[in-house]
Amino acid sequence: MAASGAAFIGFVLGHMYGNLKAFGGQEKFNEYAHHLRELGEPLLPYEGFIWIMRVGLLAALIVHVVCAVVLARRAGQARTVKYAVKKNKGSSLSSRTMRWGGATLLLFIIWHLVNFTFGKVNVQTGETGAAAGDPYSLLVDTFDVWWMTIIYLVAMVALAFHLHHGTWSALQTLGLTNTASSRQRAKTAGWVLAVVVAGGFSAVPLSVLLGIIEK
Amino acid sequence: MKLTLKVWRQANATAQGEIKTYPLDGVSPDMSFLEMLDLLNEQLVTQGEEPVAFDHDCREGICGMCSLMINGEAHGPEVTTTCQLHMRSFSDGDTITIEPWRADPFPVIKDLVVDRSAFDRIIQSGGFISANTGSAPEANSVPAPRDKAMRAFNVATCIGCGACVAACPNGSASLFLGAKITHLGELPQGQPERWSRVVDMVGQHDHEGFGGCTNIGECASACPKEIPLDVISQLNKDLRTAMKQGL
Repeated sequence: MAASGAAFIGFVLGHMYGNLKAFGGQEKFNEYAHHLRELGEPLLPYEGFIWIMRVGLLAALIVHVVCAVVLARRAGQARTVKYAVKKNKGSSLSSRTMRWGGATLLLFIIWHLVNFTFGKVNVQTGETGAAAGDPYSLLVDTFDVWWMTIIYLVAMVALAFHLHHGTWSALQTLGLTNTASSRQRAKTAGWVLAVVVAGGFSAVPLSVLLGIIEK
Repeated sequence: MKLTLKVWRQANATAQGEIKTYPLDGVSPDMSFLEMLDLLNEQLVTQGEEPVAFDHDCREGICGMCSLMINGEAHGPEVTTTCQLHMRSFSDGDTITIEPWRADPFPVIKDLVVDRSAFDRIIQSGGFISANTGSAPEANSVPAPRDKAMRAFNVATCIGCGACVAACPNGSASLFLGAKITHLGELPQGQPERWSRVVDMVGQHDHEGFGGCTNIGECASACPKEIPLDVISQLNKDLRTAMKQGL
């Protein structure tokens, strides 16, 4: 859980950095998208880097989901008779919503890949594939639709919650929080990552909707 | 004080249990929570009803025998054991729901009494040190660094009451495990069995059917001895070290 989660943290930081290229304009953004496919050439074949990342992320996703299912099943079997009254005293909302939040993120990722990677669905023109436009046009056309922006913002809230608990939890699972101060640092790291990553990702769709980023 | 008590009643381990409501008058704010239950039981006996069974022993907060989920909080609203909880923490007219610890490795024996021998089996699997018998050794012959000794003493206050399991949404006993691993692992006397201990105790914990830890933190908030969450990190660290050694 912790190791695969750490891989995802690295990925979302890189992905967020790439998204912020949208503020550089159409040319910069498309060039970045194209460069990702040429990265590592000639050592790697065309799109080699991207496929290594895809395979790695898929493996991490499988490990992450299998661990989550095993933990959820063990929890269910450990308490088959529920409490009539149960209060939460010391836990964060994010820690108690990891399973629902994770399922939300999984559904979102499926749509996100259909939207921008494998399907390339332009919800404005109804075009798919190459006809949907270059990466920048597809991005602007998508987030000009208010309900698409809402879907993405909801997913970013789920991501922020997941990162807030997940970061600290991963550090604890890896045995790196053996003192009160290191525990506090791990929790602070969770806050910082949640705000930076979810905030950074949300900046692009919000800017499109507000007309700061346009074609 | 006048109270309405909603108490889990279950005739035996296999019977179907239910929550029964009892009005109770004449409760003094100076009574302990268990004395309040004693009062309820006197009332039930005079009415010809079966008294409520609950666990208790020392009644001074050091034995770990008392339990009770009180209004959804393990050991009630204060940071202490149920026996050291007093009725002044409640108000006149309150409704108090009293349930047993809920975890399948802690099966209900009767009413509010649960069987916590799963903890004994976890201790038997590795929560010990090997020492020569005979005359007591010279106390200062084995030096222990002060910070490690203090940490060990702090977590050695764990009385094995099971509040951590009761409060954990996953039904995990990781705080209990972590307290024992840290307590014995920080001291020189605990070193010979250190790595096999963590593997054996975690194995027994999982075998008993306790859930896995997801670092939610309800356990540390419920612990009457304020065992901190960092013992779970220590548990994970020791387990990782042991696994590297191929144990």
